[in-house]
Amino acid sequence: MRNGEEPAPNAALAEPAPRFLGWPISRLTRRRLDNFKRNRRGFWSLWIFLALFLGSLPAEFIANDNPLVVSHKGTLFFPVLKAYPETAFGGEFETEADYRDRFVVKLIEADGWMLWPPIPYSYRTINYNLGRPAPAPPSADNWLGTDDQARDVSARLLYGFRISVLFGLVLTFFSSIIGIAAGAVQGFFGGWVDLIFQRFIEIWSGLPTLYLLIILASVVEPNFWWLLGLMLLFSWMGLVGVVRAEFLRARNFDFVRAARALGVSDIGIMYRHVLPNAMVSTLTFLPFILAGSVTVLTSLDFLGFGLPPGSPSLGELLNQGKNNLQAPWLGFTAFIVLAVMLSLLVFIGEAVRDAFDPRKTLA
Amino acid sequence: MSLLEIRDLGVTFRVDGREIEAVRGLSMHVEKGETVALVGESGSGKSVTALSVLQLLPYPMAYHPHGSIIFDGEELVGAPERRLREVRGNRISMIFQEPMTSLNPLHSIEKQINETLTLHKGLTRAQARRRTLELLELVRLPDAKNRLTAWPHQLSGGQRQRVMIAMALANEPDLLIADEPTTAVDVTIQAQILQLLGDLQRDLGMAILLITHDLTIVRSFAKRVCVMTQGILVEDGPTERVFENPSHDYTKKLLAAEPKGVPTPSDPSAPPVMSTKDMKVWFPIRRGLLRRTVGHIKAVDGVSVTVREGQTVGVVGESGSGKTTLGMALLRLISSEGPIQFDGREIQGLRSGALRPLRREMQAVFQDPFSSLSPRLSVFQIVEEGLLVHGIGGTRDERRAIVAEALEEVSLDPATMDRYPHEFSGGQRQRVSIARAMVLKPRFVVLDEPTSALDMTVQAQIVDLLRELQQRHKLAYLFISHDLRVVRALANDVIVLKDGHVMEQGPAAKIFDNPETDYTKALMAAAFKIEAVETGAVSM
Repeated sequence: MRNGEEPAPNAALAEPAPRFLGWPISRLTRRRLDNFKRNRRGFWSLWIFLALFLGSLPAEFIANDNPLVVSHKGTLFFPVLKAYPETAFGGEFETEADYRDRFVVKLIEADGWMLWPPIPYSYRTINYNLGRPAPAPPSADNWLGTDDQARDVSARLLYGFRISVLFGLVLTFFSSIIGIAAGAVQGFFGGWVDLIFQRFIEIWSGLPTLYLLIILASVVEPNFWWLLGLMLLFSWMGLVGVVRAEFLRARNFDFVRAARALGVSDIGIMYRHVLPNAMVSTLTFLPFILAGSVTVLTSLDFLGFGLPPGSPSLGELLNQGKNNLQAPWLGFTAFIVLAVMLSLLVFIGEAVRDAFDPRKTLA
Repeated sequence: MSLLEIRDLGVTFRVDGREIEAVRGLSMHVEKGETVALVGESGSGKSVTALSVLQLLPYPMAYHPHGSIIFDGEELVGAPERRLREVRGNRISMIFQEPMTSLNPLHSIEKQINETLTLHKGLTRAQARRRTLELLELVRLPDAKNRLTAWPHQLSGGQRQRVMIAMALANEPDLLIADEPTTAVDVTIQAQILQLLGDLQRDLGMAILLITHDLTIVRSFAKRVCVMTQGILVEDGPTERVFENPSHDYTKKLLAAEPKGVPTPSDPSAPPVMSTKDMKVWFPIRRGLLRRTVGHIKAVDGVSVTVREGQTVGVVGESGSGKTTLGMALLRLISSEGPIQFDGREIQGLRSGALRPLRREMQAVFQDPFSSLSPRLSVFQIVEEGLLVHGIGGTRDERRAIVAEALEEVSLDPATMDRYPHEFSGGQRQRVSIARAMVLKPRFVVLDEPTSALDMTVQAQIVDLLRELQQRHKLAYLFISHDLRVVRALANDVIVLKDGHVMEQGPAAKIFDNPETDYTKALMAAAFKIEAVETGAVSM
């Protein structure tokens, strides 16, 4: 069959080498990119997700209780970037100016102006001018309402989304590195290494993650990096199986034997010859692992064992929604954001899977 | 009226928006009870033609822009699927190249043959079982009665191919399409399988369409031959006429493509490069809970060999005879027992760090050019790798120059060095593998079936290239092959292996002209005359 389908080599050589963003890429990569684009849903999901994520990165400039620019007596101040004492505007305290304080506002506007970000609240700003008990429903002031501590939901959402995705990305990155390395060593060397490692993983994956986190949460106060480290202890096992299988298969390939005959070291063979072949299945997994990591942080926050109290987080918002059923905007907002984010990631994952599907390369 | 009549057949594949014409305006016919061979190199469209007879191409990716296939008065192109199913496996059967993958590994062979019988003939289980046994005896599967419940992995390649034939014959087809039925098996098995097909055809009166690239088979087996190249039928006629008096240039080229040339007589005075005495490679067989060693598989058992500068030692034998193991053990890629002397130095037991500088001087070229090149590295990266490992060529530009020189030496255009292996044909890829070995200027090269996966014309070119390189650089070759024609063209000395033992060893001329053992004689008969010798010396 191969005979008939393979284009004549000369025909292939005659065409110009494909490029992507100016970089020369292999024909196979070109075909995979095309396949990825052909999955319209996944392709658009990627763009929407990227727009949301990149949009949330400068959250401090979008939602903040400090103005972006202050002009006072002809001098420009940038409170977003730098803390100024109240005395800089002719106030009385040496502490940082509270730009939401009516007194400070009056001082500044008497001899200048302030430029506010679109959402004049940070994730921890408490809105004292609500005029009704918190949680308050959506209004022109608080677009998505406030939570039960009178903090603006839209600002918390923005920061929460950012930290969720960042946590997911960092966790995915590190667990992939550890998982790939562990799987590679097991698959490549096989034998006893493989046997012992596999048994270790079986035992390790049997440990109750949640209880360990609860116990540790009572010893240290978990911050972003503590949580990341703890999750990492258990999340690296996801990729081991796939990578191990690929390495087991590839270590007997002829080109690996040829590299051995050349005198290439084990590490060199693993890195140059086997790893690129294992990357296909790994990359296919990544979006799904990312979605999983995001969910893990959310569920921990929901249970109250996640980020420290006061941190913006989707899980905490969900929990508030559960506790304040009379304020449906809390639950709905968290639900919609989570559903959209996870759906986008899964759609991207499906498109990546399509792109690497060898059966689709010819269709 | 012909049994099968193909008129002006075209097959086109749509790939990435491009159209690739695999078959262009092919017309041919097969009469009842006749053997027709369809010959061509890979990519010539012969397999595609065969698959389109059964309408088994990946439609709608493939389509027929024109043409018709008439089988026994009935049009098959565009026939409804239900009708095609009645024809497939019933009136037209097909056997494929790879006996290793054509059988379902999860069903016993009885179950697999029964399936065709119950599906097309509506036999009961007991009847089907009886018929299955009959068929297995018909294809001369040894000990057929006890093999009914065997699983595919318990059978050898030749035995599996027999089972495939039994399956194909189950419904007494009028036409049997054999797509390279013997490419994946040993020469001795090939002779047996072809003899079996010939006998069966005589007894059952079916027509055979044999697809092959091997002209020796065609000559001894087919009545009529059709030659294809690049999707076009260039010549057809009675086998004898085509072989004696080919009219088309391509046919002439194909016929002239036998590996030619005779090596110089073996020269015992040349300095030895690589030698071993009484080498043993034993794999332990472990059983039971405690994995105790209960015995050994003796892959190589007491083989002594000396490869001299500028000389070639050919290693021949059936598959499983330990040829490749011997080569790998000499290169210390698998562990072995017994002294290995390279260039006067004992390398057995040397640590891998101490061995690395020596690796530069001993290289290997492998059988399958499709799997021996990493698909994700460019040709430059592949050839460069050895230079990097051994610290040759300081800058990237220097290395590029060295790689270019190596590619030129194997007659590849250095301008193509940034391309990836899949953009090259099989023969070109094998040249890349040779360049990868040669760029390090080795003194000893293990050639592990370097021509077996290639077309005839390409084989001859590679043999010429290898000989030229040997003469230029005084290389010592260990040439492993089951193809005796290639060995005869290259080897000064020959070792005949069977089950890890040396059956015969000596100068090539003596072994080819005067084989002493039955085993060697059977190998020769199978390779040069495609005759199966039933002395029990070769495996079944």
